Amino acid sequence: MLVHSRRGRWASWAVFFGLALPVFALPLGVIAAASFATHWSGVFPSGPTLDNYSSATRGESLQALITSLVTAAGASLLALTLGGWAALSAAALGKRGRRTLEALFVLPVAVPSVAVGLAVLVAFSKPPILLNGTPWIVLIAHTVLVTAFAYQSVSAAVRRLDPAYEQAAASLGARPWYVLWRVRIPLLLPSLNAAAGLCFALSMGELSATMMLYPPDWVPLPVQIFTATDRGALFTGSAVAVVLMGTTMLVLLAVSRIRTRATYR
Amino acid sequence: MPSAAHPTPATAEPRSASVLTRGSLVPLARGGGEGAGRGPRETAGTVRAPARSVPRFVWALPPVAALGLIFLYPLALVVQQSFTTAEGETSLQPYGTVFASEAFREALGTTVWLAVGSTVGCLLLGFVLALIIAFVPFPGGRAVTKFIDVFLSFPSFLITLALLFIYGTVGIANGLWTDATGAASGPFQFLTTPWGVLLAEITYFTPFVMRPLLAAFSQLDTAQLEAASSLGARPARIVRQVILPEALPALAAGGSLVLVLCLNEFGIVLFTGAKGVTTLPMLVYSKAMLESDYTAACVVAVVNIAISVGLYGLYRMVSRRVGA
Repeated sequence: MLVHSRRGRWASWAVFFGLALPVFALPLGVIAAASFATHWSGVFPSGPTLDNYSSATRGESLQALITSLVTAAGASLLALTLGGWAALSAAALGKRGRRTLEALFVLPVAVPSVAVGLAVLVAFSKPPILLNGTPWIVLIAHTVLVTAFAYQSVSAAVRRLDPAYEQAAASLGARPWYVLWRVRIPLLLPSLNAAAGLCFALSMGELSATMMLYPPDWVPLPVQIFTATDRGALFTGSAVAVVLMGTTMLVLLAVSRIRTRATYR
Repeated sequence: MPSAAHPTPATAEPRSASVLTRGSLVPLARGGGEGAGRGPRETAGTVRAPARSVPRFVWALPPVAALGLIFLYPLALVVQQSFTTAEGETSLQPYGTVFASEAFREALGTTVWLAVGSTVGCLLLGFVLALIIAFVPFPGGRAVTKFIDVFLSFPSFLITLALLFIYGTVGIANGLWTDATGAASGPFQFLTTPWGVLLAEITYFTPFVMRPLLAAFSQLDTAQLEAASSLGARPARIVRQVILPEALPALAAGGSLVLVLCLNEFGIVLFTGAKGVTTLPMLVYSKAMLESDYTAACVVAVVNIAISVGLYGLYRMVSRRVGA
C-alpha cells in the first residue's frame, strides 16, 4: 500500500478512473452504442434499432465472418504446427542454433505487416508459385504474421518443461517419438492452447497485410469494416465490429475453457 | 535403455515421474536457471539418440524451410525489387528517386515523431495507471487487469472508429460543446490531423506498456515500500526512489516494443482517412495499391523494415538483459 490516507487513496482512484474510463472503456462503449443506433449527432446516439445487426449477420458480412473464421483457424493451425515444431527442435540444438532459430522465427514481429503483405504479394504473383487472387495468399500472410507468437509461447513453455518427465520415460525405454507424442506434447498442451487463442485473435483482427492481398471473393471482417466505414456506413461498420469483437471473445473464452490433464499438474 | 547419469525407479508406473520430480532431481534441474536446466536434458538427449539416428539439426530444417518459402524468400524478393530500375537493371537509382521525393521525407518525419510521441504518451499513461493498480489496490483491480488482456486482442483500427464517434465533427465532444455554448460547430477538429493518430495510438498501445510494468510491480518487495514510508518518505519520493528504479527495465522493454509497433502501425492511419497523415506503412500501401509503383513501394518497405528490425533487435537485447 503506497498511499495510507483515505483521502489520498480516493484521490488516486479518481485519477485512475478519470484516465482509464475515457481512454479505454469509452471507445468500446461508443462502438457498442453506435451499433444499435441509426443516427448520432450530438451527445447521445438516436434511433435505436437492431437493423445494423441484421445486416451485419447476413449477406456480405456473414460471408466475411465465415471468411475470417476460416482464415484465422487455418492460420493458427499452420502457425502452431510451424512454430511449435521449430520451438521443439530448437530446444534440442546448441546455444548458437537456438539463437539463430529464435531470430528467424521472431523476425516477422518486427517487420511491418504492410511489408509482409507486399512481400507475399510480390513473391506469389509470379511463377514459380502463382497464388495471387486466391484465398491461399491471405492464409500465407496471416500464417507468417502469427507464427512468431506461436513460436515464442511454445518455446517459453519448452524451456519451463521439467526434464525429469522425459528422462523418466526415456529411461523406461520409450522411443524418442513416443516421448515426444506421449510426454512432451501433452505437457505442452496448455501453452499450445494459449498460443492458439492468441494466434486466432491476431488473425481475426489483421488488416494491414490483408488490405494488400485480399481477392474479391475472400474478404475478411476487418476489410469489410473498413469498406463499410469508408463509404460512410459507420453504424453498420460498428455492428460488424461488435460481431468481430464478440466472436473473438467467444473463441478466446472457449479456448481458455479447454482443460487438459496437464493444466492440473 | 540404461540411464548413465541419473538413478531411475524400476517401476513402469507413469506416476513415478512425479515422484521423481519431488525427489532429488528437482534442485538439480531447476537450481541455477537455464544453465543448470540444460545439463540433465542433454544427458537425456544422448540417451534418446541412438547412433543410427539423424543429427538433431535435421529436425529443425523443415520448419526453417517452410518459413524460408513463405517469409524469407518473399522478403528477399522485396529487397531485390527495391534495387531494380524500370529497365530491369540493378542500381541504387530507385533509392535516390524515393529519397529525393518530398512525400517520402515527410512520411519518414511523420512516422518517427508519431511513434516517439505515442511511445512517450504510452509510457507516462501506462506508468501512472499501473502504479495505481499495483500499489493502491481497489476492489475490481483484477477485473481491470483481465480487461487489459482482452483489450490487447482487439484490432487497433476499432479505436479510430470509436474516436470518430467521440471527437468527430458531429461526435459526442462537439455535441456537448455546441449544446453548451450554442455555437454552430465544436472545437474538436483534430481527428484527421496527426494528433488524432497520436491519440488513437496512445489509447491502443498503452496496455502493451502496462503488462510488463504490472509484472515487474508484482515482483517488487512491498516491505521496501513500507520501510521507506515508515522512515517518513512521502509517496512521491517512494515512487521516484524505490519504484521507478525497479520499473526502469520494464519501462525500457515495453517502451521499445511500443515504439516498433507504432512505427509499423497501419490500421489506425488507414481508418483516420486523412490525406494529410502519411506514415511509412501508409506510403508502402499507397505506392503499391493505388499507384502500382512496386519498386518505390519496395524501397519504402525496405527502409521501414530496416528501422523497425534494428529497433526490435535493440528491444530484444534490452529485454534479455533485464530478463523480462
